[in-house]
Amino acid sequence: MSPDAGFSPELLKIDVQRETEKITSEIRNLLRNDLKRRGIVLGLSGGIDSSVTAALSVKAIGKERVFGLEMPELHSAEETTALSSTIIRHLGIDSQRVDISPILEAAGCYRQYDEAVRRVIPGYCSGWMSKIVISSSFENEGFSVHSLVAQAPDGSITKTRLPLIPYLEIVAATNLKQRTRKMLEYYHADRLNFAVAGTPNRLEYDQGFFVKLGDGAADLKPIAHLYKSQVYQIAEYLGVPVEIRSRPPTTDTYSMPQGQDEFYFSLPYREMDLCLYAKNHGISPANLASTIGLSAEQAQRILDDIDTKRATTRYLHLRPLLMEKVPEIAY
Amino acid sequence: MRDKIRLYIVDNFLFGESQGLEDSTSLLETGVVDSTGILEVVNFLETEFPIKIEDEELIPEHLDSINNIYNFLEGKLAAV
Repeated sequence: MSPDAGFSPELLKIDVQRETEKITSEIRNLLRNDLKRRGIVLGLSGGIDSSVTAALSVKAIGKERVFGLEMPELHSAEETTALSSTIIRHLGIDSQRVDISPILEAAGCYRQYDEAVRRVIPGYCSGWMSKIVISSSFENEGFSVHSLVAQAPDGSITKTRLPLIPYLEIVAATNLKQRTRKMLEYYHADRLNFAVAGTPNRLEYDQGFFVKLGDGAADLKPIAHLYKSQVYQIAEYLGVPVEIRSRPPTTDTYSMPQGQDEFYFSLPYREMDLCLYAKNHGISPANLASTIGLSAEQAQRILDDIDTKRATTRYLHLRPLLMEKVPEIAY
Repeated sequence: MRDKIRLYIVDNFLFGESQGLEDSTSLLETGVVDSTGILEVVNFLETEFPIKIEDEELIPEHLDSINNIYNFLEGKLAAV
């Protein structure tokens, strides 16, 4: 049977009960045998992925063994802590809220970000907001490039392509946010003798949408094998509150609201899931195109871009590389 | 000018070891240059030569090999 036969969003439907049992069993197995830790710490952003990871953790090992960290900062959306509180209350887990703005301030995150933006927009200062967007991988034949979108206090918006140095400096400054959060997660993991759960879904994990040693660092990643659509299915099955399930995916990193599809992926998650599934299962560009409403040529570009992102972000997955193997320590 | 471009590519991306890189080699397909690398190439060209590369000029035909870069650069400099 051709891989194309019957390609549709239905293919992403999973047996949620069976998948939940599989994941929760494996969580206990890893904690017991590999990690030898007594519980799980995780950062809670109020988003679907961390909420589902928390819910799965509680189902696996009980709410007494799960600790949640809320870590908002200056540019966090207003609804972030409302939603993270919601999942904490819903699950009944212990938690702590730490505003990480002072840490980021001390590390120069905000200052260095603003200085980098001023290289491109000299008038950028207090009262302005900004975000980075990426050119679509399927709309044109060019390279994907990042642009800075800035909003002045009077509401006017400018969009400027980011040259090399400001781009690197902006990414470096904002990566401090994810790395600071991970630092705090491991602090609590150490004091509780717990393990740290990472919360990427398959799309993010596969396509390198994470910060190395930031949100990319973890002891276990319970939903990294699930397409985002499947994370939503599990969320509904586990009774994750509806306000969390209906929040649009956001990076919640920049002062201007920024969708994940603006920053990294070219399409909303439902379509990107299908593209990734198609890539992984040899579905033809023509078949994919008709399912997601694009031309075959555009679909081919997205499929090619999946490969490009995998190659470019391989670096993020690598363990430290040795000059010579140390065979006694080869996990 | 072609040598200057080659020297930059080999020095910046390959630490001085050309590893059989030909002027026609696709830099993207061979993984020599990735999306951040393209920004580095653009930065090099705009620093070393009196040109400005527009958004719509960021295409493989202009930047994906030493030959492509050379031909693109020649055209840009002729227009200056």
